[in-house]
Amino acid sequence: MKNTNYSREHLAYLKKERNKKIIITVSRILILLLLLGFWELFAQLKVIDPFITSSPSRVAITIADLYKNGTLFFHIGITLAETLAGFLIAVVLGYAIAVVLWASDTVHKVVEPYIVVLNSLPKIALGPLIIIWIGTGYDAIIFMTVLVSIIVCIMNMLAGFIAVDKTKLLLMKAMGANKLTTLRKLIIPASIPALMNTLKVAVGLAWIGSIMGEYIVSKAGLGYLIVYGGQVFKLDLVMTATFILCVLAGGMYGMITLIEKIVNRYR
Amino acid sequence: MLTFDNISYTYHTKEGETTAVKDLSFEVEDGQFVAVIGPSGCGKTTILSLGAGLLTPSSGEIRRDGGEVGYMLQRDALFPWRTVEGNIFLPLEVKRRNTPDMRERAVALAEKYGLKDFLKKTPSQLSGGMRQRVALIRTLAAEPDILMLDEPFSALDYQTRLEVCDDVQGIIKGENKTALLITHDISEAIALADKVVVLSARPAHVVAEHKIEFGGSSPKKRRECSEFAATFEILRKELGI
Repeated sequence: MKNTNYSREHLAYLKKERNKKIIITVSRILILLLLLGFWELFAQLKVIDPFITSSPSRVAITIADLYKNGTLFFHIGITLAETLAGFLIAVVLGYAIAVVLWASDTVHKVVEPYIVVLNSLPKIALGPLIIIWIGTGYDAIIFMTVLVSIIVCIMNMLAGFIAVDKTKLLLMKAMGANKLTTLRKLIIPASIPALMNTLKVAVGLAWIGSIMGEYIVSKAGLGYLIVYGGQVFKLDLVMTATFILCVLAGGMYGMITLIEKIVNRYR
Repeated sequence: MLTFDNISYTYHTKEGETTAVKDLSFEVEDGQFVAVIGPSGCGKTTILSLGAGLLTPSSGEIRRDGGEVGYMLQRDALFPWRTVEGNIFLPLEVKRRNTPDMRERAVALAEKYGLKDFLKKTPSQLSGGMRQRVALIRTLAAEPDILMLDEPFSALDYQTRLEVCDDVQGIIKGENKTALLITHDISEAIALADKVVVLSARPAHVVAEHKIEFGGSSPKKRRECSEFAATFEILRKELGI
């Protein structure tokens, strides 16, 4: 339907839609600029104390300093690696566990209360245990990340598997499909939207897990910078690390949205 | 041939047991199109599941020569992430008979019944009637000996329903398949079937059997026959409505 001879009414409609899009994008950027601008302005005018609140220029200087002494990408790399590793392990393992629970109703019923309890337990309570059991290395932080994000992966995926259309299940059964075939041909492709959803939720939780882990045990990473900066009252460092975290978390979420778009195109 | 010989079936749930089918006997001969009608909730779907071997009868015996059963459901249950062609190949993949030869025959069947231009499309691009036709071709792709049709038209609007009804009957007769149709629609049963089996309320058993011989085998012609209304009345009384 590539008809370019639109009526005047339709052209007006298209223009209105385009204008709306422009207004939304401009407003988004404007809000960011205003926030940064007022933050900088108030700090310069000493309306707020930049020693406590830092300021965009001080954040920029801190980033430059970290870059100069070569630790910027070191800290980013560590946190990013921990988060990604934890995220991937949680998603893969969570998916596998969800498959097992889907395949056996009895196993599902047996472990259900454990999952519920583990889900409601604040994972940070396990901090001391993790240090004693696993130590204070990166593996402890990755473990914490997995712990924080895996339960949601399991529950989300299982809900996605169970929500698959009963008629389609009956169809597979009538064709004589076994569990494995049903899983491969129906359950996995039908639950791709649930998987995309799970990835989005899990990536947010993975950041919580890795930063929480770094608060407890770390010697490096953005979480470490935040804790260290707080302890020695270098709030520029705290703000800088927080700012970088925002950018990274947003970027990772954006990547997943992109993956979702690509996957949807091939469905 | 498919024979139900004195079949009983009891469901067990926590709330208790329900006898869905009791002492049920009837036959479906090769090449015959049999419709089973009964009051709603009388265990019609149970009968299909028993016939297809998805359920084992509590007592009695089901004899089915030639093993393959094809199942067509109330809703088309097409997989939206597959193309029409992909959907038609599904039973071949599931039954591990996904050979080039079988695929070729499935495509030929689809093309024969007017799906040629739709093979690479997705189900969402098709109308409800077209989707049901794809569902039938999917059922036929695995070359079943007998077709089980579980109210395959009930989810369609009236006009589409008449169309698809004729369509499906034509394809099944054209391919010379044996079929067992479950429906609660009296006129549908008369229009489609060579034989109508009337069931009682639960527990279901056979109240009457009628051979339908007027009007040839075209549903359209049958509906136009004068015997149609009379047969309808007889069946209606037997169903007690």
